[in-house]
Amino acid sequence: MDIGAWKGIWVIAEQIEGTINSVSFELLGKAKQLKEQLKSSEPVTAVLLGSDIQGLADELGQYGAEEVIVIEHEKLAIFENDTYAAVLNDLIQERKPEIVLMGATAIGQDLAPMLGGILKTGVAAHCVDVNINEEGKFVAVVPAFGGKVLGDIFCPDHRPQMATLKPGILGEPVLDKNAVFKVTAYNAEESLKKVTGRVKAVGIYKNEIQGIPLEKAEVVVVGGWGIGSKENWSYIEELATLLGGAVGCTRPAVDENWAEGEHQMIGTSGKSVRPKVYIGAAVSGSTHHLCGMKDSGLVISINTDENAPIFDSSDVCIVADAAKFLPKLIERIKQA
Amino acid sequence: MSLKIAVCIKPVPDPDYYDQITIDPVRKTITRAGIPTIINPVDKNALEAALQIKEQVGGTVTVITMAPPNGEESLREMLAMGADEACLLTDRAFGGADTLATSYTLAQGLKKLGNFDLVFTGTESADGATSQVPSQLAEWLGMAHLWNVSEIKLKEDQAEDKVQELQAKMKIENGYIEYEVKLPAVLAVSRDLNTPRFTSIMGVMKAKKKPLTVFTVNDVDVDRTLIGLDGSPTKAGAVFTPSLSRKGERLTGDLDEVVEQLLQKLRAAGINLEIKSSSQGGR
Repeated sequence: MDIGAWKGIWVIAEQIEGTINSVSFELLGKAKQLKEQLKSSEPVTAVLLGSDIQGLADELGQYGAEEVIVIEHEKLAIFENDTYAAVLNDLIQERKPEIVLMGATAIGQDLAPMLGGILKTGVAAHCVDVNINEEGKFVAVVPAFGGKVLGDIFCPDHRPQMATLKPGILGEPVLDKNAVFKVTAYNAEESLKKVTGRVKAVGIYKNEIQGIPLEKAEVVVVGGWGIGSKENWSYIEELATLLGGAVGCTRPAVDENWAEGEHQMIGTSGKSVRPKVYIGAAVSGSTHHLCGMKDSGLVISINTDENAPIFDSSDVCIVADAAKFLPKLIERIKQA
Repeated sequence: MSLKIAVCIKPVPDPDYYDQITIDPVRKTITRAGIPTIINPVDKNALEAALQIKEQVGGTVTVITMAPPNGEESLREMLAMGADEACLLTDRAFGGADTLATSYTLAQGLKKLGNFDLVFTGTESADGATSQVPSQLAEWLGMAHLWNVSEIKLKEDQAEDKVQELQAKMKIENGYIEYEVKLPAVLAVSRDLNTPRFTSIMGVMKAKKKPLTVFTVNDVDVDRTLIGLDGSPTKAGAVFTPSLSRKGERLTGDLDEVVEQLLQKLRAAGINLEIKSSSQGGR
């Protein structure tokens, strides 16, 4: 393979029903950094697939894409792995990007390895960061064992070099309303002819999430298994509401049906958050969870066990029974 | 009517012990001594899905893994849970494989065993958690696939007396996408799909007599440039542990005093406690 023929950094953007997933903007910020590190003159390129998506290219441009390739077709209305992969495979082989980034979302985690399988190249999975090292090589930082270990992954001899990155981990993307960018339409008709229709999307269903999204909240109040009951869980919810924040949880609270669902789960297999203030109530602090909240501003933890691992990763430690402490705190805030 | 079903599994270090994993400061390798090996938890959901389909329409269930020789223990456990036969792909030549080389090896093992109608896997393994093997396995096998499957319904064609299609849901963030998928297909299942059954004593007894085939690199038709470390486009570099430690100031005093101290900390962090009206939090 002539590695030198592959140039430029791409972000495969993700949109569902006309809304771009914010991880796509985060990735564009990262792509700009990589471009500077590489001292490359190739435009940072975003690729957007879907139906009725004309208006969305501007958003990608304002978040840092210098070129937006828009692939519009009614057959791309809902994500189908076979269909999306056929189109992207042709586009990638034609334009030969050096680096392709995608969000480690459900769609990204299906599509990226699939493209890696078709293109016979390497994909670094659910990375916490990607960089260009001193030797000018693309390096992906990948967590293993629930985040206890991080490892550098390289893809020296194959192109494109691909990686999926966890949403929320790269930090706030920067919007520039005056950004200058180019929009290119790509005709996918030929690629779509190759799709056999063995995987057919028949519908998409999204739940409305109440309140402030966890990823955007300035304050996150997290309850762990030590909360002990659904009744005590109401303190977590009440405190989050009082502080204008959102509720987070660890796996047991989902399994016990205290929390609303997996969308509240923080950790390696859940969400990554970086609020101004994190309050962990009866959270023990497994590595798995810590990896999802380590970039928070002020970390406050409440736990009965003074040796709980969470205290080693906290700024403020309160040795107390959260079920007794939280009602007092709530009562006091209401008086304020 | 009868379906030939495969389930791919992976023995992994027990996730309950991951906090004990360290990096050898001299050799810069991962130390996992003393951590028990278990079947990757969601792989049991994959077997459960296969067993339910077999019970519904008939067929056989084969479990397969690419693992060191002791992978046989995990396969016996799956036979005890209800699988009919098992296959262990084991050879030093398979070692050091990334997801592309692993999925290729599994695909060649499956092809050697016959033409499968359905291949189940878990969505991800607990250790590496790349979640990439199922989609890449499907590519090597030339099959349709779905990832993160939370519901499956077979569509039985009564006239033909066979299953050619299924309906399934792929779990996405805050929702799902519904699909119709033509067989043969690879389905990577999420833990929401089902609850794996318990293994009976009778199951353990029966498992001892069920067939377990061992394939080495010479037993399967593989291109040697596509397996193991050489067949892996990704190469591992340095490993390190992320720094998670913070200063940890402990608040002391009785509960009321601690509450006051905490409010000061919140205010100092820029959280405005006064503007929130009490009606917001009332319940």
